[in-house]
Amino acid sequence: MPAGEPRRVGYLYVVPALAVYGAFLLFPLLHSAWISLFEWDGLTLGTWAGLDNYLTLFAEDGLRSAFGHALVLILFFAVLPVILGLVLASALHRSRVRGLAFFRTVVFLPQVVAMVVVAVAWQQILAPDGPLNAALRAVGLDALAHNWLGEESTALIAVGLVGTWVQTGLTVVLFLAGIGRISGELYEAARLDGAGVFREFRSVTLPALRPDIAVALTLTVIASLRTFDLVYVMTPLGGPGESTTVPAYEIYYRAFQAGQVGSAAAIGVTLTALVFALSAVVLRVAGGRR
Amino acid sequence: MTGSRWRSALAAVTALVALAGCVPGSNLPNTRPSDRQARDIRTDPASLGELTLTVWDQEVRGGQDKQMTALNAEFQRKYPNITINRVPRSFDDLRNTTRLGLTSVQAPDVVQVNNGRQDMGAFVKAGLLQPLDGYAEAYRWQQRFPDSVLRLARYPNSGNPLGEGKLYGLPQGGELVGVFYNKEKLARLGISPPRTWAEFNTALRKAKDAREVPIQFGNLEKSAGIHLFGFALNRFAPTEDVFKLATGRQGVFWSDTNPRSAAELLVGWADQGMLTPGFSGLGSDAAWREFAEGKGVFLVSGTWLMADLEAAMGDGVGFGLPPIDSGKVAVTGGTSVPFAVSARSKNPDAAAAYIDFVTSSRGMALMAEHANLPVVEAASQRPPTALRAEVFSSWAHASETGGLVPFLDYATPTAYDTVTSVVEQLLAKGLSPQEFLAKLQADVDASRAGR
Repeated sequence: MPAGEPRRVGYLYVVPALAVYGAFLLFPLLHSAWISLFEWDGLTLGTWAGLDNYLTLFAEDGLRSAFGHALVLILFFAVLPVILGLVLASALHRSRVRGLAFFRTVVFLPQVVAMVVVAVAWQQILAPDGPLNAALRAVGLDALAHNWLGEESTALIAVGLVGTWVQTGLTVVLFLAGIGRISGELYEAARLDGAGVFREFRSVTLPALRPDIAVALTLTVIASLRTFDLVYVMTPLGGPGESTTVPAYEIYYRAFQAGQVGSAAAIGVTLTALVFALSAVVLRVAGGRR
Repeated sequence: MTGSRWRSALAAVTALVALAGCVPGSNLPNTRPSDRQARDIRTDPASLGELTLTVWDQEVRGGQDKQMTALNAEFQRKYPNITINRVPRSFDDLRNTTRLGLTSVQAPDVVQVNNGRQDMGAFVKAGLLQPLDGYAEAYRWQQRFPDSVLRLARYPNSGNPLGEGKLYGLPQGGELVGVFYNKEKLARLGISPPRTWAEFNTALRKAKDAREVPIQFGNLEKSAGIHLFGFALNRFAPTEDVFKLATGRQGVFWSDTNPRSAAELLVGWADQGMLTPGFSGLGSDAAWREFAEGKGVFLVSGTWLMADLEAAMGDGVGFGLPPIDSGKVAVTGGTSVPFAVSARSKNPDAAAAYIDFVTSSRGMALMAEHANLPVVEAASQRPPTALRAEVFSSWAHASETGGLVPFLDYATPTAYDTVTSVVEQLLAKGLSPQEFLAKLQADVDASRAGR
């Protein structure tokens, strides 16, 4: 702010952005919160329900398991990709592979492809007679062949692993960029001190990557909590039984198919709050104070 | 934040809540559209002046799209004063947007509305659809359409149950869940198309012994399961009972012996390997394609596959009604998604004239020509292929003898999800037949309790 300009003039600069933000984000969010206090079918006049929609959130088995599945997906969409990303990025960085740009592109590719396309492709790969099972049988691992998307025990894991495949690209690229920023002298010093691969990783790479890990975790945790397209396409209606239902799917189902808009809004608000809370925790823990 | 900032933040939030804060739904009209009397209705579209009719339909598959395009072109040639603004969408996409479309200021004039309670029933309750009884009288629809067809688009003002009250839509096509069979395989196994359940069971066993897949089945999307269960239910329960179960009426319970036998039959098929291995991970489209490629002796599915199977298998595929042991045939079936008139349409007369046109004899003939099953006058068409002839005569027989029973998802707003989900769990041994039936009954009971 130029010196001497009164404070309230400063706010004027913010007004356009705030207006857009308010109209397209804050207002709909508050409106959803308001609707979540009603029992509403989306067609007739709603009736006041107070916090009922929120209370039933925790009472319904189906919904509890949907949130449970979302937590499982965090493991596959966030934790695994971050670990894999760290391993892959430091391996790619260390060994100075030729054609690094090529590998980077290949690993990042799933991020570029639309999720619906990813889902359809994997659905065919995982089909009972699909390539994955065929490959397992070809090498004699018949016992490992599964009806991946058709069994309650494997459907969520199958969806999760596709998520891992997609998100790993993002984390690798993020971490590669992060490692690139680390001064080579640090590695040199570590090596002179006799540090091995693991020591080097633990003492140099990992601490320097902390902010990148925080960013990667935040992005992937949010992605995992709002997963919809993978579940919707790969396991229509939430998979065998309700084994892959997630909150985002429940919102869609309730609002657009079952005519329970109030309940859908309540799930949406809860999910938003959960995303905020988890992001805050991630930033606090992994990001540190900066 | 300091105290004053907190206060201004609070004020901003309060202002936003006040902006947002009218009761949801209060901006929608809560007056019910008035019934139009036959004498007030103008049935000559040419006299209605220049206007545009917005039509949302779900006739997007090959043959359906062709007949719709042809009909629209003929309508516009005949009535150049009416422009048709066609918005075609897949069934699911249409279902998801109809709710928003009917409540918006620019509602479509004509829209195909699924007959289920969560759709047509809810819209009727909210007063978003125009009752068509006056039009039915003016256009003599009652003479052309059997009661069993019209009652699948009737609802009372309360939106429940299906089958009573005013008429809200008119369908163009029929749908029937029967048995497609591979003629060549039947011949090789030395069996003729089964007419009784005993013959069907023998055929299944022979197919199994010959290491064929007896019933091709893919239930990844869970929709095939509801049809297979309906098919099994037709063996045991009288049509009137199935009608009550499917529409959530009192007097019949899921825990009765008939539904129980049907559930046990399904489990038996799964146990004895009568269904495609790994069916719960196989898509329904993938399943019919495998059947078309010669994997599987029978395929329990609907006549909506007629055009696709005919294109893939030619004369190698046959169709029959579900087997019967005695008495009259019972077959799950119904109408294609009915055409309805939005209560907000500015031109209801033109909208009704359009519906009359697409369901006219000319419309039925065009349906048949493009390998769709016309809802009426099926028997009088001259189908060019054996499969179509079988399907058309099956439909005519079923709809005229009152053998049609509705799909099982009309009972409650959540019925489709419940039925498909529990059938899947039943087949996966996640639920015993008893638990399966208890879940179905619980869905009906919860809905009666009036949530």
